Amino acid sequence: MTAPVAPRAEANMGDPYVLGRNVNAGGEEDRSEGGGASKSIVTLYGFWIFLLSDIVMFSGFFASYAVLVGATAGGPDGSSLFELTRIKLETGCLLLSSYTCGMSAIAATRRTLALTEIWLLVTGLLGAGFLGLELQEFAKLIAQGAGPQRSAFLSGFFALVGCHGVHVVAGLLWLGTMMAQIWVKGFRADVMRRLMCFSLFWHALDIIWVALITIVYLMGHAR
Amino acid sequence: MLGKLDWSAVPVGEPIPLAAGTAVFIIMLGVLGWITRRGHWRYLWLEWITSVDHKRIGVMYCLLGLVMLLRGFSDAIMMRVQQALAINAPGFLPPEHYDQIFSAHGTIMIFFGSMPFVIGLMNFVVPLQLGVRDVAFPTLNSVSFWLTASGALLVNISLVVGEFARTGWLPYAPLSELAYSPGVGVDYYLWSIQISGVGTLMSGVNLVTTILKMRAKGMGYLRMPMFCWTALASNLLIVAAFPILTATLAMLTLDRYLGFHFFTNDAGGNPMMFMNLIWSWGHPEVYILILPAFGIFSEIFSTFSGKPLFGYRSMVAATLFICVVSFTVWLHHFFTMGAGADVNAAFGIATSVIAVGTGVKIYNWLFTIYGGRIRFDTPMLWALGFMVTFIVGGMSGVLLAVPPADFMLHNSMFLVAHFHNVIVGGVLFGAFAGMIYWFPKAFGFRLHEGWGKAAFWFSLAGVVTVFVPFYVLGLEGMTRRLQHIDVSEWTPWLYVSTMGVAIMLVGVFCQVAQLVVSILNREALRDETGDPWDGRSLEWSTASPPPTFNFAVPPDVTGQEAYWGVKQRAIKAERLSDEPDYEAIEIPRNTPTGFITAFFATTTGFALIWYIWWLVIVSLLGAYATFVVFAWRDVGETEISVEEVRCIDRARRAAREARLAQKEEA
Repeated sequence: MTAPVAPRAEANMGDPYVLGRNVNAGGEEDRSEGGGASKSIVTLYGFWIFLLSDIVMFSGFFASYAVLVGATAGGPDGSSLFELTRIKLETGCLLLSSYTCGMSAIAATRRTLALTEIWLLVTGLLGAGFLGLELQEFAKLIAQGAGPQRSAFLSGFFALVGCHGVHVVAGLLWLGTMMAQIWVKGFRADVMRRLMCFSLFWHALDIIWVALITIVYLMGHAR
Repeated sequence: MLGKLDWSAVPVGEPIPLAAGTAVFIIMLGVLGWITRRGHWRYLWLEWITSVDHKRIGVMYCLLGLVMLLRGFSDAIMMRVQQALAINAPGFLPPEHYDQIFSAHGTIMIFFGSMPFVIGLMNFVVPLQLGVRDVAFPTLNSVSFWLTASGALLVNISLVVGEFARTGWLPYAPLSELAYSPGVGVDYYLWSIQISGVGTLMSGVNLVTTILKMRAKGMGYLRMPMFCWTALASNLLIVAAFPILTATLAMLTLDRYLGFHFFTNDAGGNPMMFMNLIWSWGHPEVYILILPAFGIFSEIFSTFSGKPLFGYRSMVAATLFICVVSFTVWLHHFFTMGAGADVNAAFGIATSVIAVGTGVKIYNWLFTIYGGRIRFDTPMLWALGFMVTFIVGGMSGVLLAVPPADFMLHNSMFLVAHFHNVIVGGVLFGAFAGMIYWFPKAFGFRLHEGWGKAAFWFSLAGVVTVFVPFYVLGLEGMTRRLQHIDVSEWTPWLYVSTMGVAIMLVGVFCQVAQLVVSILNREALRDETGDPWDGRSLEWSTASPPPTFNFAVPPDVTGQEAYWGVKQRAIKAERLSDEPDYEAIEIPRNTPTGFITAFFATTTGFALIWYIWWLVIVSLLGAYATFVVFAWRDVGETEISVEEVRCIDRARRAAREARLAQKEEA
């Protein structure tokens, strides 16, 4: 038999069909990975991926808001509805809560239980303050006939801002559970990983809020 | 108390859903009765339902996919029969029922047939190929699976309680708005897809993290098997695209439940925004399905040709090219929207360009086969059948990418032929090929070759006979989703197509027979070696079925085709490598968290569909409680002792040694 090429040559060298394969295959210099990452890195990395997906979801709401912002159906538009004073207060609450959340993370790395809990509590209170202001705004808009049913613009507005609000609610629930867990279980490795994930989540909500005030409130007010 | 739910929701007067529902109910009772009689509940609960082992979860995903494929296929039979009977006649399905059937067919085939099957294969194979012990988040994996099952359950409940959507597999607005679809059908769609969509997203996050962060020592990116690459691309697409679906369906839900105006005709709503949003998820979705299938075929072509994959790096590049470009073609689903020539041209070109990536893959596979020692086992047959059907389907897709041609063919049977050609010929053939290829790995015995080959030939013949007439019908002007037909000239083609579905039915029967016969003859089909196909990647280095911990000692990868190199060295040296030092292994503990979460997700979904608000609150509280209970547990891992690991691995090494000795004799 005169087989044209030995297809099962042990190394890749003998096989001309392996175009694109690294000729050095097997060489020590090709070794690029030292095995799996540690559990905390894996957990946080996975949570980052989740946060990215969450941001993609927000971008869906942002896009639909941008499409619908002019569709007021004869109703009010942003410049007549948005009160910047309230937005300043809300922003203050949320940004400050990110600072306190950072402080709690520092306290946790130093394993000081009381400080961690206090900073988390302050974070929660600021978050709740933000939420109160937002709900007040929503109630006021609905009372003056500018609810989400009024126009597509207001549908987009309520859905986008409300989606952020729902995330804050979920964050507060998580935060409360987290505080109880730190109290009961102490700074166990898995509790620490969860606390780090919570911090990431809370900061991500801030990033989204910054995009939100810019695109919804500031651009809407300037309209 | 029960919201909109009352006895009128049960279709007592309609014989078909009632009979179907009763049949499913009796089969389920039979299965449950059998489990109870044999006393398997404890085993099922401890070893499967609460399992967080990626292999078990992968198998359950595939099983769910298989069952739902059967359900979707029965819908297909009804549609074919209806169209054959309804030429200048009413047929046997009234319009409102026929519309539910084509909607359910598409929804089930994509979301609950193909998706679980493909995700199941990735779940099972990827950690084994990467040489790791589990996915990054095992419990989350279980939650993902059970949420998918929960969505599938809701779709099936709609068969007997209420109705399913009549709006197609993507509920186009404004038809899907409350004004035009006042029933619970669209709500069933929304909540079942929303729940299973969350599961899919979590599974995407899990697998991306696994592939990027948990590979075995030495397993650099360019040493990963092609299936891992395609799985990575597919899961990146899940992470990037599924949130868009979540957002879009949430908007439609707000429209329907709270009177918002995202997609309504009045108050400034924008129905075309729905098309844009849903397809910016929907187009990546088809690549989410097909990319893993490409990976499966890459493994199979290489293994059964006895050669490394040709053009490995160009294959990686083509995969990532498709991954990125898949986000830039969504508008080709509605060229007729009237966005203008410039926009249509841009998307038409992008659509043609994405076919280049696939073309690269086709040539790489051809060159992999070329000059190889080809073995025509069943997986290879499916792979070769895929090449033919997929190229035909792909070419018709490139034709549809030309906007002027698309204006003629939009929503015609030609389109239906195109996407069935690629999805059946690509995704399903890939899933079946993968199932047969990795079945011995999962269960320790091969599938029966004779039934498998029969299943392949009947399925291939069926696919061709069903869908080739569709191309003709489309060119003759037949639009899709017709409940009755006024053009007698189409009759012969519709009859041929209906005959085709009968051929496919034989194929399906052979598939079932393949499983049943193989399980009955499992002792004769046993795979002792763990490497039944002379494989090249790491999953074949462990036993069949693999132990819970996959690998007794974490593999140390020193080249491409991790296992092939090890195997050749062993053959050359005429002995295995030295017995390693074993260590105790920590594995994650099983937990019912996933199952309980999905239980509450199901009740939440059901309650939302029927406006049973108290049940929504109770279910959400239940889900939160489940979450807290899980978070509060103190021991997340159990340990497998050194003795046990050594004992298990010695058995594996003995099997390998026996095989090596056999090889030397031959």
